[in-house]
Amino acid sequence: MLSIKNLHAGVEEKEILKGLNLEVKPGEVHAIMGPNGAGKSSLASVLSGRPNYEVTQGSVTLDGKDLLDMSPEDRAREGVFLAFQYPIEIPGVSNINFLKTAMNEIRTYKGLEPLSAKEFLALSRERQKLVEFDAKLVNRSLNEGFSGGEKKRNEIFQLAMLEPKLAILDETDSGLDIDALRIVSRGVNKLRSDKNAFIIITHYQRLLDYIVPDFVHVLSDGKIVKTGDKNLALELEEKGYDWIREEAIH
Amino acid sequence: MIMINQLETPLYESIAAKFEIASLQSGSEALQALRREAFDIFKSTGFPSIREEEWKYTNILPFLKEDYELDVILQELSPEEFSTTAALVAHHLEALQQSLKGEQKGAYRLVTVNGKINAGLSVLPAQEQLQIRSFAGAEQDPSFQKHFGKIATLKDNAFVALNTALYNEGLYIEAPKGCVLDKPLHLVNVLLAGGPAFVQPRHLIVVHPNASLEVIETTISDNEAQPLFVNGVTEIAVGENAHFHHYDIQTGRKGMRFVQRVEATQEKHSNYSNYTFTLPGTDLVRNNLVLHLNAPELESHLYGLYLTAGQQLVDNHTEVHHKQPHGESNQLYKGVLLDNSKAVFNGKIFVYQDAQKTNAFQQSNNILFSEKASVNAKPQLEIFADDVKCSHGTTIGQINKDALFYLQTRGIGEQMAKNMMVNAFAFDVTEKVKIPALRTYLEKLIAAEMEKA
Repeated sequence: MLSIKNLHAGVEEKEILKGLNLEVKPGEVHAIMGPNGAGKSSLASVLSGRPNYEVTQGSVTLDGKDLLDMSPEDRAREGVFLAFQYPIEIPGVSNINFLKTAMNEIRTYKGLEPLSAKEFLALSRERQKLVEFDAKLVNRSLNEGFSGGEKKRNEIFQLAMLEPKLAILDETDSGLDIDALRIVSRGVNKLRSDKNAFIIITHYQRLLDYIVPDFVHVLSDGKIVKTGDKNLALELEEKGYDWIREEAIH
Repeated sequence: MIMINQLETPLYESIAAKFEIASLQSGSEALQALRREAFDIFKSTGFPSIREEEWKYTNILPFLKEDYELDVILQELSPEEFSTTAALVAHHLEALQQSLKGEQKGAYRLVTVNGKINAGLSVLPAQEQLQIRSFAGAEQDPSFQKHFGKIATLKDNAFVALNTALYNEGLYIEAPKGCVLDKPLHLVNVLLAGGPAFVQPRHLIVVHPNASLEVIETTISDNEAQPLFVNGVTEIAVGENAHFHHYDIQTGRKGMRFVQRVEATQEKHSNYSNYTFTLPGTDLVRNNLVLHLNAPELESHLYGLYLTAGQQLVDNHTEVHHKQPHGESNQLYKGVLLDNSKAVFNGKIFVYQDAQKTNAFQQSNNILFSEKASVNAKPQLEIFADDVKCSHGTTIGQINKDALFYLQTRGIGEQMAKNMMVNAFAFDVTEKVKIPALRTYLEKLIAAEMEKA
């Protein structure tokens, strides 16, 4: 599904990703861990097309299509979804109208008819329930005045509505209390299927108790330096990252 | 010194010549005296220059250099002119009236052509509901005599003085006591002119006690590219416990320049609400909106939204005079600036010594969409009472790029995302529009302009 080859990218001349390779197949969950400044969030930014990031080398394809050539909206329409580490508040834009616009833009791109108001509402209700999202928040302005946890849950609600092929969760767990973490994880687990894939970027092993990954990658200095299964995450939790850096150098 | 500049403009010469003719025009002695007084004021002040505080950011002189025609047709329309006008009005209404028709209610329509009422193109309410006359037919009316020329301030106002000295035909609208008009009145000002023209519409609107009126004003012109300068004055008297919702939708095209003064007096328990929407097209818009809160316990709302583009200059000057206790005024102006456009917001609040327990608020927010656009915002508060609540605030910012990116990552195209954000920004003002169809129409106009951006 997603194929990243020798990706070099950075911001303002500063190289952050230095030859990253990653293959993600449908149905898989990949966790990406690593110390601060390793380039985890930069990877999420580059994949979603954040404007100030510049790719200097390498390729990223989604089902064979060159992702790097596309605008952020086209990437989303092709099925890439980024759950933001810090979701943006947009006063005056209602959550539900925003989602309806997004869905219909994506459907139009795919050559599908827009959903009727009734269909949309029915789907919205079903998905709210699925990911345990408070109906009261649906009609509010987008993320405005939401708590940290509510914002993250709204990201998962959007994910449930837009049904992307590839979802990238950028530190969705950071700042969540254990209840919110459980709810978010339950939502993600319900949305997992053999057709979609997840990249979960996180600092903490804790999240991976709830969302069990197929692969755990360690990102350090802009490259994936070690790959393992869920046990690697436990090892990292126990020993920290230094031993991997050592290993990588030798 | 100012006069030297002025005399170089052909307009000033033709104004002087025109006044000799206008002063001979019919009209009561009182009116003729008023015209003379006004003309003397204009002669002594001349057109304002940027050296004057009130015109510091708006240089009017370049817009006055054309060879404007001061006499525009006033006689009955020829069949061709009538059909041109009818087509113009029909075209104009296509967008707006369609939305208004979508309502159960719709709107009445009053069409004026160069200031003259055109009954054939109008759909008017019954006389008992609303009286609509030209000044010529109203000069003996006690309310007319009470208010005409008594509300708009001549002193230090060259444009009001000029309009008062030289207006051709005025429009008098009177909402009788206790009358609640069942539908809004859409006032379509049609301006016909063969060449460059300088026109001076003059309106007087009297809303008698306990009456309620909604007016939507729009202006259209047949003149495709020629310079057209509109110097309008509207005087408004809102009686005790009367309500007047006044919508001014300012669209236009290149070559059009608008300077207008809307000045209102309010009595006890009255509500005057002004909604001014300025869209791209015109070269220049200068709105002077002045409210005199002459009685206690009343409220005023001033809402403005300007979306500017190209080389456009849009200047909103407001003045609210709180003269009596327990008055409430609320100003909210929002601007979205594209391209090389410029906007000015100058909001004055005066709280007189007797006006205790006044609540006066003012807010001006602006988004610059282009590095070449600029805004000058200047709040001015003069408070002489000691127990009042007054506040003001101004913001000038840029579109939030993170928010834009966030919307894009959900599959929303850049253009649509910008539209959503502009609508969200404008929402505080557009939501105040009490006529849903008008609100929809305005939102569409904004979206259409943003498409072009």
